[in-house]
Amino acid sequence: MSKTPPVKRRLGRGLVPFRGERASQLLPQGSLAGPVPWVIAIMVALTVIATAAGLALSNLADGAQAELSGGATIQVVEAEPGERARQAQAVEEVLAGFPEVATIRRVPQSELEGLLEPWLGAGVDGETVPVPALIDVRLREEATPDKLRRMRAALLQVAPDARIDAQATWLGPVFSAIASLQYLALALVVLLATTSLAAVFLAARSALGSNRETIEVVHLLGGTDTQIARVFQRTVATDAALGGMVGLVLGTAAVLFLGQRFAALDSGMVAGGGLGWQDWLAVAFVPLITVLLAMVTARLTVVAALRKML
Amino acid sequence: MSEGDEEVVTFDNVGLRYGQGKEVLSDISFTLWPGSFYFLTGASGAGKTSLLKLLYLAQRPSRGVIRMFGTDVITLPRARLPSYRRRLGVVFQDFRLVPHMSAHDNIALPLRVSGVSEADLAKPVADMLEWVGLAHRAEARPATLSGGEQQRVAIARAVIGRPDVLVADEPTGNVDPEMAVKLLRLFEALNRLGTTVVVATHDLHLLQKVPQSMIMRLDKGRLSDPTGMLRNPPRRKATEARPG
Repeated sequence: MSKTPPVKRRLGRGLVPFRGERASQLLPQGSLAGPVPWVIAIMVALTVIATAAGLALSNLADGAQAELSGGATIQVVEAEPGERARQAQAVEEVLAGFPEVATIRRVPQSELEGLLEPWLGAGVDGETVPVPALIDVRLREEATPDKLRRMRAALLQVAPDARIDAQATWLGPVFSAIASLQYLALALVVLLATTSLAAVFLAARSALGSNRETIEVVHLLGGTDTQIARVFQRTVATDAALGGMVGLVLGTAAVLFLGQRFAALDSGMVAGGGLGWQDWLAVAFVPLITVLLAMVTARLTVVAALRKML
Repeated sequence: MSEGDEEVVTFDNVGLRYGQGKEVLSDISFTLWPGSFYFLTGASGAGKTSLLKLLYLAQRPSRGVIRMFGTDVITLPRARLPSYRRRLGVVFQDFRLVPHMSAHDNIALPLRVSGVSEADLAKPVADMLEWVGLAHRAEARPATLSGGEQQRVAIARAVIGRPDVLVADEPTGNVDPEMAVKLLRLFEALNRLGTTVVVATHDLHLLQKVPQSMIMRLDKGRLSDPTGMLRNPPRRKATEARPG
């Protein structure tokens, strides 16, 4: 050992950032690793599925509503076939006079019999089992109660046995159920995000506890709260990004698989529940938002703990 | 020390208690001047480590005023304390080396915290490892170093930023007498470069090894200063002011 220490000049002492690869080594490798990325992966996968489900339900409801909002069905409930046919004809003529009516379609008797076949069997006799005449009307715009009221008043003058209903009214309970499922998906997303943040919070606290000595030393060497928090943020971001990517892949695979299964049902209503590119973009944001939230959580956790030191 | 030198640290009627307990330090008043060498002595439990904690800004006092480099650090916002800590070098009693970092990285840590680039710190760290005789153990982790080697890494880490004040808590406690003298010579060498040195020790033999030193004696949390020299030192060379 020579006698004079080799400190000829003072090196920088400004409160400058503590960055880079070396800064990240402040925490030993694996400080936050272990189960954290996998917990985040599972949470992101579930969040992706819940988000995709919510968006698909939303598309389904929007599609169905758009299709049904301008639709109305008129039933002529008359037992006597001749009178039923006369009133149905009159209804069609009156409806043709309404400018807001786009199309009028009288449901053919054969189609009605086909609809009833599962319950009444083939070859239903129209006189023995009187089946109402059905007229499907499509309006240019939404079938509002006011429009329906005016049409009903006009129809009753020529067809006292006619009943008019908006098609959307029939599916009201279905839309209500879909809305409930959407809220459920949203609640799931919030719960899963909260659980992910709780996992990050606990991991950051745990890393803070197990590295307390190191952090105190850096603190006493003049490290700022921001410098130390940044090291944790970086580690958390790496873990969250890793978990997020795995979760996104798993979640997307599950969504695609479920999408194929539902598409195989070949049901008109379910077919409206697909995901558009905007939906996939929203799903892709799930891991990004997770990383951001994880970083913010880690920063707040660490800064709060550091503030307890002088 | 010349006329016009600013005092480095001033304690004025400082008291410290932990929680609701009784005061472990009472009525502590002294001034540290630039380029001076101080020994802090006292029996175990006299309050040496507590006093050093106040000195290296790890603890706030319960009462009194502490001025550092002309600023009242008690009322200073917490966010401004790091810039004051960066002007201090601390050798902890238990070294406090970062266990997962090599000797090289431990020594480089204060410079990295201060934002010195890797290019700029490579030579100073290598020189410092050479100085403490550990160039061949640069990549060794603390757990694989002997007590003396760890101590030298801790000292190198404390002095590499050329601090204005070096605070060492029992730095010779874990080494043999020969190494203790060598370490003291290191502190003296740094002191000659203008750093104020404060060494806490209960080894009274060490005090004789640094003739220009001043002695701060703690007894049951009170600083013994019968001549008032610690509180109001004369503006002359510290070697001539040697109370007790």
